[in-house]
Amino acid sequence: MQELDEHMDRSQVDERIRELAQPFNKKGIEITDTTTFQNDLEFDSLTVMDFVAAIEDEFDIIISMNQQAEIETYGQLVDTVHKLQVKP
Amino acid sequence: MSEGIAQADQPPAREGEGRDLFSKFDDVIAMREGLLSKGVEDPFNLVMEQVLSPTRAICNGRETILLGTYNYMGMTFDPDVVEAGKQALADFGSGTTGSRVLNGTYQGHKDVEDSLREFYAMDHAMVFSTGYQANLGIISTIAGKGDYILLDIDSHASIWDGCALGNAEIVPFKHNDVEALEKRLKRLPEDAGKLVILEGVYSMLGDIAPLKEMVAVSRKYGAMILVDEAHSMGFIGENGRGVAEQAGVMNDVDFIIGTFSKSVGTVGGFCVSNHPKFEIMRLVCRPYVFTASLPPSVVATACVSIRKLMHGAEKRAHLWENSRMLHKGLRELGFTLGTDEPQSAIIAVIMPDLEQGAAMWEALIKNGLYVNLARPPATPANMTLLRCSLCAEHSEDEVRQILEIFETAGRQVGII
Repeated sequence: MQELDEHMDRSQVDERIRELAQPFNKKGIEITDTTTFQNDLEFDSLTVMDFVAAIEDEFDIIISMNQQAEIETYGQLVDTVHKLQVKP
Repeated sequence: MSEGIAQADQPPAREGEGRDLFSKFDDVIAMREGLLSKGVEDPFNLVMEQVLSPTRAICNGRETILLGTYNYMGMTFDPDVVEAGKQALADFGSGTTGSRVLNGTYQGHKDVEDSLREFYAMDHAMVFSTGYQANLGIISTIAGKGDYILLDIDSHASIWDGCALGNAEIVPFKHNDVEALEKRLKRLPEDAGKLVILEGVYSMLGDIAPLKEMVAVSRKYGAMILVDEAHSMGFIGENGRGVAEQAGVMNDVDFIIGTFSKSVGTVGGFCVSNHPKFEIMRLVCRPYVFTASLPPSVVATACVSIRKLMHGAEKRAHLWENSRMLHKGLRELGFTLGTDEPQSAIIAVIMPDLEQGAAMWEALIKNGLYVNLARPPATPANMTLLRCSLCAEHSEDEVRQILEIFETAGRQVGII
């Protein structure tokens, strides 16, 4: 895991998540803030789990299933991670 | 995730009909029809017309060896068990017609809880009407808003449903991965309530959890620990208390969940615990309070069965012999199995895909062998499995026959 600046800004968070998403984006779909995981990227529940685990380990955070349920789009994910990583 | 939630597409609005709430099942209906249209015998609609013994039945008109019943210790036809049930039926009637906390606690319910306390050497035992309800009730009640539940991603449906019923934050971790569990425990707020949920034996692949390490790490971060030992009772651990006993961590586990519908040979569920406040669960646990208690005959059979399981060392040894023999034989035939070594009484045979799995299941049943067909989404990594669960009452000769049937069917279908 890389050392994280406590105040990593949104675009830095975006950049890093984009890298993590790459191996899961099998069809190479272009990702924007409104891209949905279920319909556009066609993530099944197993993929979601692996992807979430990768993000959790990268940012040293927890994204509970309750929080995951609120996230439909890529932009919402970046927002959530951005918020979570600045918290103590 | 094995029991994860698969969201169906939005049901289409149909003119004049409004929305058909059943549209969300169209994918499952299509899959089932696809399977049956090929002329396959329906693996999910088997009828046992007669049950001859714990290991034999007449299924769809054929005498069949049962290798998928979870009747591990073969207690269902034990003469003492059957007699106790008959007596209770005569003495106490067919049912209690009431909740445990109102008119539904008979002497038999107290007796079976006593037998569980003795079996597990624990202070408290609480009996539910099914194993599913035991997980549903205990998990949803003890972990509330602001608490965290960490659970293995391959947990049983009843554990996931217990999480869904409650208000805790749910955090799954990779199957049997101690490091993934520790990383997540480390990230939780120090002062939050934490519950780690593990299973002794995972029923899909028949693998066991590294409980020694997982319990130690959970303790280190101040979490309470619940272990579901549904598939280990009676034959794993020195006294048959399960994987926690085998791993030497019984005293560090806060709650053990179990069932009467496997080794015990009837129906019902339970939780045993040494928590000093445990008895309050009887008043606050809704799946315990708002349901009728088990019939007197059921608790009477369970009680006798549990007491006999305490002295089941010989049967236990034979069950393990069966498990080793089947595992070795299937491997030698060229099948791919869920575990490298037999870790429990479940041997999972991994099928290339659902179609071939269903064909193999059908070839087995037509040759006189019943196993469980397990398919996505109930399986890890979307595998199709033929799950075999052994019984202490399977003779060595029967295990040999089972292997012969597997060989015949495997060649018919072209899997081996």
